[in-house]
Amino acid sequence: MLTYLLRRVLYAIPILIGVNLVTFALFFLINTPDGMARSILGDKRVDQAMIDQWKAERGYHLPRIWNGDAQGTARLTETIFWKKCMPLFAMEFGRSDLDNHDVGEAIAARIGPSLNITLPMFLISLVVNVVLAMLVAFHRGTYIDLAGLVLCVLLMSISVLFYIIGGQFVFAKVLHLFPISGYDAGWGSLKFVLMPIVIGFLSSLGGNVRYDRTVFLEEINKDYVRTARAKGLPERAVLFRHALKNAMIPILTSVVVTIPFLIMGNLLLENFFAIPGLGSYVIDAIQKQDFAVVRAMVYLGSVLYIGGLLLVDVSYTLVDPRVRLG
Amino acid sequence: MSSSLQALWTSWYVHDVLVALLVLWGAWTGVRMRRSDYWRRAFAEVARRRMAAVSFWIVAGYAAVAVLDSVGWHPVLRDGQGGILRATDGRVVRDARGVTALDWVLTPIRTAREKTYSAPLAGRQFTTEFVRHADGTLAREYPPLRHPGRHLLGTDKVGEDVLYQALKGVRTGIILGVVTTLLIIPFAIVFGVVAGYFGGWVDDVIQYVYTVIASIPSVLLIVAFMILFGRGLPQLCIIMGITSWTSLCRVLRGETLKLREMEFVQSAEAMSVPRRRIIARHIVPNVMHLVVITMVLGFSGRVLSEAALTYIGIGVGADTYSWGRMINDARLELARDPVIAWKLGAAFAFMLGLVLPANILGDAVRDALDPKLRTR
Repeated sequence: MLTYLLRRVLYAIPILIGVNLVTFALFFLINTPDGMARSILGDKRVDQAMIDQWKAERGYHLPRIWNGDAQGTARLTETIFWKKCMPLFAMEFGRSDLDNHDVGEAIAARIGPSLNITLPMFLISLVVNVVLAMLVAFHRGTYIDLAGLVLCVLLMSISVLFYIIGGQFVFAKVLHLFPISGYDAGWGSLKFVLMPIVIGFLSSLGGNVRYDRTVFLEEINKDYVRTARAKGLPERAVLFRHALKNAMIPILTSVVVTIPFLIMGNLLLENFFAIPGLGSYVIDAIQKQDFAVVRAMVYLGSVLYIGGLLLVDVSYTLVDPRVRLG
Repeated sequence: MSSSLQALWTSWYVHDVLVALLVLWGAWTGVRMRRSDYWRRAFAEVARRRMAAVSFWIVAGYAAVAVLDSVGWHPVLRDGQGGILRATDGRVVRDARGVTALDWVLTPIRTAREKTYSAPLAGRQFTTEFVRHADGTLAREYPPLRHPGRHLLGTDKVGEDVLYQALKGVRTGIILGVVTTLLIIPFAIVFGVVAGYFGGWVDDVIQYVYTVIASIPSVLLIVAFMILFGRGLPQLCIIMGITSWTSLCRVLRGETLKLREMEFVQSAEAMSVPRRRIIARHIVPNVMHLVVITMVLGFSGRVLSEAALTYIGIGVGADTYSWGRMINDARLELARDPVIAWKLGAAFAFMLGLVLPANILGDAVRDALDPKLRTR
């Protein structure tokens, strides 16, 4: 099992290097530092001197990959790639292009509020989706199943913006159940995060339940389930004790695959409800055109995603003995 | 020369030819598919489900609106009396921006501008204004509209017809759903099939590339791309293609791995059929169903993403009509008192009207083409 996990960790390293290279290529090769300066300073009424100054202030004046003017190892280290991209491996995110604030500190300060929304939403939806999917699968072929499916497709077809705008309107403006937006430290945040959690959960409900149901139906048609039924086990025991364990593998994978969408939902949720998390950080950076922050967030997002995949691998070993032995 | 080339490119005429070619190509593909037994049976399977058949015609209706909105011309400008405007050298002056066929059809509501908000089918403005009466008195009241009863879904803050905006948004949604897929299909097929068929280091490299791209959360990759290259429909199509390319490529590679070991491929290899022909004749036709499934299932997701992305300021530009832009424009209208809901409502309703049938159709197509993936 240890070798299995070690192999998975080692496999993540070239991927991280690749992600770093992709962000480097995107920000510095396809788009150039000159292009960045121009789009921030404005296309018109800007001369090369201003661009050079902007680049020098932020360390973008160096050659990109190879510094021919320098001596020895400085040829490699006195470059944009070495100064801007290598520190990312050590999770050092550098400074903002606009107001020079430390991106790493901002991320550390904002990750708490983000987790306050994401984690409960994640856990609630995992449990509720599985329960609902089993309920629908239990009644397969009946009108409950059909109604559930129709509802799922309908829920899937509605824009997340509708859930947010509509939810804010109904819960906060009409029913006055929650404050419209805002955030507070400690337990005071509860009343602020509750509505985003519920809305985020609702917006992903349809697709997830439908997927989990498909997984269950696939398991239910397998031989071991027939054996369990033949033994005379009640349907409930068959579903919960036998099918659930086996269905958890694809379900766990699907949960991790939705992490990017979770971040996307968070961009919108945090923006709407004025929660000072990572999502609103990205949106602020978009609106202010802060390239350094966007670059750092792309890398951080990938690290989180790869980390999530690793966690899934770990959880496989817990659910599936075949993986543990293999 | 280059400026006249650019003028030709930005004019509608080149555009119209391209759209015509695309539509012809689509029709030709459809006809060719009908000739194949496999695809005809799949069509029949989809048509047998009433919901799917209805959905197909709804989506086709949206697509027709999008095509109408993609062909246009530069109308001759006229002066107030209806005479044709001429430049000093005697040439006819034409509208530089042009109108599309959809604009032309919708002329009654496109040109019927009001001053500001008006409710659906209202005869008077939604907000009050000081009006000077004939006897000189000044009163605050709801002034009558210039075109009472003509706005089926009301008008927005600047007095533009909401129905017109919603219909103009159709093209953006359809283009994102269709053109994005058309852009990525060649790449996905070539890389996926080559990786699966040849294996070895080719496979390793291709797998590495798509794993890396798939490891970057698509939202963040889209954000980075759009902030670097600016807002706009073409950029959005390209980056959405890049992010959805990976999953199709992975699926195609897996299927090719399976096909490679099948007897008909093995026997073709034994008869030393050139590899290129094996791929073209034996492998690609047998993975096309997966391409179609991915294309149909990804469609609705892209329509929904466009709205979300435009909302956070990285979607289509401010000069392109889209449902996301409508929602963004109207974001504060529910917070007003009295509430103004028609613009938001229209955008969401038109989006749902496309995405829901697209989802139903997608499920039917998948079930027809790949019984193993059947949901029921």
